[in-house]
Amino acid sequence: MNLVFRLAWRNIWRQPRRTWLTTGAMMFSNVLLVIMISLQFGMYGLMIDNTLQAFTGHLQVQAHGYKEDKKMRQTVPDIVPIARSLREQLASDTIAARGSAFGLASSDERSYGIAVFGVEPAYEPGVSTIPGLIQQGRFLHDMDAAEIIIGAVLARNLRVDTGDELTLLGTGRDGSFAAAVVTVVGIFDSGITDLDRNIVEVPLGFFQDVFFMQGSGHQIVINTPVIDEVPELQRKIEALLPVDEGLIVHDWDALQPGLKQAIKADMSSAFFMYGVLVILVAFSVLNTQLMSVLERTREFGVIMALGLTPGRLGRLVLLETAIMGVMGLILGALLGGLVTWWFSLSGFAYPGMEEMAAKFNLPARFYPQVTALSLFIGPAVVFVFSLFAAIYPALRLNRLRPVDAMRVT
Amino acid sequence: MHQVGILLQLAWRNLWRNKRRTIIMIAAIVLGTWAMIFMTALMRGMVTDMIKDSISAMPGHVQVHHPEYRDDPSIANLIPISEKELTAAFDAADFKIWASRVRVPAVISSERESRGVTLLGVDPAYERDLTFVSYDDVEGRFLSTSDDSGVVIGRKLAKMLDTRVGKRIVLMSQDPENDIADRGFRVVGLFDANVTAFEEKYVFAGKATLQKMLRIKDRVSELVVTGEDYRNVEPTYAKVSALIDGRAEVRRWTEVDAYLGAMLRVMDGFVLVWVIVIFLAMSFGLVNTLVMAVFERVREIGLMLALGMRPIIILGQIIAESLMLLVLGLLIGNALAWATVQPMKDGVDISIVGEGMQMWGVSSVLTPELLVSDIILANVVVLVLGFLASLSPAWRAAHYEPIEAITKV
Repeated sequence: MNLVFRLAWRNIWRQPRRTWLTTGAMMFSNVLLVIMISLQFGMYGLMIDNTLQAFTGHLQVQAHGYKEDKKMRQTVPDIVPIARSLREQLASDTIAARGSAFGLASSDERSYGIAVFGVEPAYEPGVSTIPGLIQQGRFLHDMDAAEIIIGAVLARNLRVDTGDELTLLGTGRDGSFAAAVVTVVGIFDSGITDLDRNIVEVPLGFFQDVFFMQGSGHQIVINTPVIDEVPELQRKIEALLPVDEGLIVHDWDALQPGLKQAIKADMSSAFFMYGVLVILVAFSVLNTQLMSVLERTREFGVIMALGLTPGRLGRLVLLETAIMGVMGLILGALLGGLVTWWFSLSGFAYPGMEEMAAKFNLPARFYPQVTALSLFIGPAVVFVFSLFAAIYPALRLNRLRPVDAMRVT
Repeated sequence: MHQVGILLQLAWRNLWRNKRRTIIMIAAIVLGTWAMIFMTALMRGMVTDMIKDSISAMPGHVQVHHPEYRDDPSIANLIPISEKELTAAFDAADFKIWASRVRVPAVISSERESRGVTLLGVDPAYERDLTFVSYDDVEGRFLSTSDDSGVVIGRKLAKMLDTRVGKRIVLMSQDPENDIADRGFRVVGLFDANVTAFEEKYVFAGKATLQKMLRIKDRVSELVVTGEDYRNVEPTYAKVSALIDGRAEVRRWTEVDAYLGAMLRVMDGFVLVWVIVIFLAMSFGLVNTLVMAVFERVREIGLMLALGMRPIIILGQIIAESLMLLVLGLLIGNALAWATVQPMKDGVDISIVGEGMQMWGVSSVLTPELLVSDIILANVVVLVLGFLASLSPAWRAAHYEPIEAITKV
């Protein structure tokens, strides 16, 4: 093996220019792949986090059909006790119950249609970033108080400040007219205009009162620190829920179907591009190795006449490719990692990215992370494809007849 | 002239001395060219679809609003010009399509449910080509006149509200004095939209009917104008600005939808980067092929030099070889790209990732768009950069020392 390795090593340096060009092709695509994949996966992570942690959560318990129709009467009965028992049995604080309704919020000057959420003041901060984004005033703290927090855009549009009163009008669970006067205690600013204009929160007890909920609500939101644990958690919760109530546990993919598909759509176009890059590199390797085999026909003929089997020669050619592949992999990952690391300090942005990122709740400047996966997945694929490309030249050796080969000029 | 003929003939024959190598290299160029053009056509098509959808989903190419409407889309911020004057001026100005609308946030209620919606008061005679709703595909009927007393709502919203054609709903909003303005309407039609969110969000009613209900006499909230080409909105913008004369805010669609505006701007840059990246990935193989072609002919080149062939001819010959490779690859690559795009020109169904594409703002049918300028760009980049890349091996070949080259083993 040592001898074969030494042969392979010397062979590839017979033509340094060619070797560097082939390795260069690998490096080039490896560097690109490392940077692109780091950015991509980083962005996906942020998209998921920012979208889910703002409000949706990773899992929700809802009544059957509520997700599609969001009707007032598709409720989870005794929602507060159920949420409490889930918290106890799962030993987790990031579980909270909510009720939701649509209504008209009116100040002295203006009226706007909004989504009213009844939340548990003590547990809501565990499942949503909104309580932490209060810019003015405070979050809710009494389960039954006639208080409300609203978004900054809505506050501006309604021309209200903390301490002012709002009138809420809507339809109760039984279809009756629901109305209440509430005091604005806090104003949040999430930076996401949709949330800041459309969502208001009141304490759940008060909500149940105003909308005639009779102890019920619409969703129990569950957050988990590790997104990979979602399926397991979902099974656990399903087992803990009271049977025969028609309750369903939805994971974030079901709650925000657009999110995973947006990622998939983006991934498929990215993978198409990566695929083209990798195949072009493979062509380059195929050509080089084929040439290097052809120009050594005489030499191989002599070696085979001396008794070396075609199989061992084939392995020599593959080993030569592997050495170049490893060089390309290490250098590419190193260089790509360095550039990514530099982006992780200085941030990555391009003109127009700010407007595009805002649509997906992403910041205007992006700081990718270097991870082992993003560092090696791309280069590893390039390596494997390069080896594949060298199989054809290596197999050609089987057809080599020593006597004819030695006659080739 | 004669010399050029010989040069080309030599180059052509040299190219086919090693068929396998040439074919592999051409395959790489074909793949690269195909990927450049195909991918670009897909991306262009996607952006065009997004923009068309988005423009048909309300904005128009140029919009006119009250200056504060953008932040506060309420009834209080109406265009401070009477509808009579607007109609006279814009009808006279010979725009392709234009319409004025009342557009306010409202709450819609059936007997059972309430929802927040965007209420649009339209004059059906003006809107036919402007909204995403095609009048003939509406279940029931679309509004017939500006003082129609019915409403047309989305199919999804109807399901959420448990209502259908012929049933009554109540719309509630505010008048400029912030008194509640509400009115019962009969649902006369249900529309379907490519983007489901539109079916939940928009409700159409007669413009004159809404003006009466909201007590705003003959005022409107927005005026939209569509010109000939969405890529060039400046002429329309200038004309509208002149008519409005500073009395209201006039904006181009690229300002209204910052995301799409940025997309359109970034696209050209993206196409160029993509073409260059693919070229670079190919260029390693190209240079390598040329280096090998020169290297295996060192003695022959030395002989030609010794016999008095001028170095410039050698240089030209190598470059001609390289250009022949590129042109062959480009021809086949372009043809292949055309052949793959052609069957897709009526749109490809990509509904597997449909909801995700909706999140990106695309409907689930993708129509690739082959732009002549992109094809030219790809071909020119490959030829020019390919020429530059072949200079180095060609230069080396032309500057061999004849004696050294001939005696080289």
